[in-house]
Amino acid sequence: MQPVATTFFFYMLSGLAVLGGVLVITRRNAVHSALALILTLLSVAGLYLMLYAPFVAGVQIILYAGGIMVLFLFVIMLVNLDRAQKEEQYNKIWILGLLGALGLGALFIGVFIKSAQSKTDVFAVLMRRPLIAFEDSSNTQAVGQMLYQNYLFAFEIASLLLLVAIIGAVVMAKKRI
Amino acid sequence: MAEIGILHYLIVAALLFVLGVIGVLTRRNVVVVLMSIELILNAVNLNLVAFSRMWGLHGQVFSIFVITDAAAEAAVGLGILIAFFRNKETVNVDEVDLMKW
Repeated sequence: MQPVATTFFFYMLSGLAVLGGVLVITRRNAVHSALALILTLLSVAGLYLMLYAPFVAGVQIILYAGGIMVLFLFVIMLVNLDRAQKEEQYNKIWILGLLGALGLGALFIGVFIKSAQSKTDVFAVLMRRPLIAFEDSSNTQAVGQMLYQNYLFAFEIASLLLLVAIIGAVVMAKKRI
Repeated sequence: MAEIGILHYLIVAALLFVLGVIGVLTRRNVVVVLMSIELILNAVNLNLVAFSRMWGLHGQVFSIFVITDAAAEAAVGLGILIAFFRNKETVNVDEVDLMKW
């Protein structure tokens, strides 16, 4: 199916994602930050859909916006944040951190734009590669096949990592072992 | 308006990444710092999926691994936060100085 109004949806979704990101790092109340992060995650899921990645978009919504954010909200509930809300929200060297991060961002965007204009740059050649025509209906199947054939070992390692994380979380959060 | 290309997605991902870095470097609340790390991981994922538009599905598969990592990191990080809060009754990063001499 041919996508419709790509430009409009791209700017809307990316604007919502960046707005959510700004709200995450500026809100005083951690619950508000969590809700703003959900906004960002859902907008990024929309961007995945526009990039013909419906499976990753689904995983993003179910795992991130569903699972991880529920974990965050539970911990916010368990930990008493009332006192932290009344305190100073930014640390003493925040101006250094802000300037460093903005410099990093300017570097990123400058490199992207400059090398996109150049003819011979490796990155520019890489970005002008023709797009692949993905099929609409078989994305999940293709990702699954690649996951269980090309990346089987990495998949098993990932499951081991999750097991270690479960044990680690239980040990950390338990009162007495 | 220009056609939306890969460059546009890379710039959005760079903006999200920078917002995450700002959050990690400036905020004191551990919960918000962990959320900023999630923002950073999301920006990386957006880059991977955008490049998979040109290089095949490898980027999408790798972004699933990154999401797995994010889940593991969030679980362990929040566990550490609970253990820390039980001992010191604070959630501020700059008060985590038990190992400092």
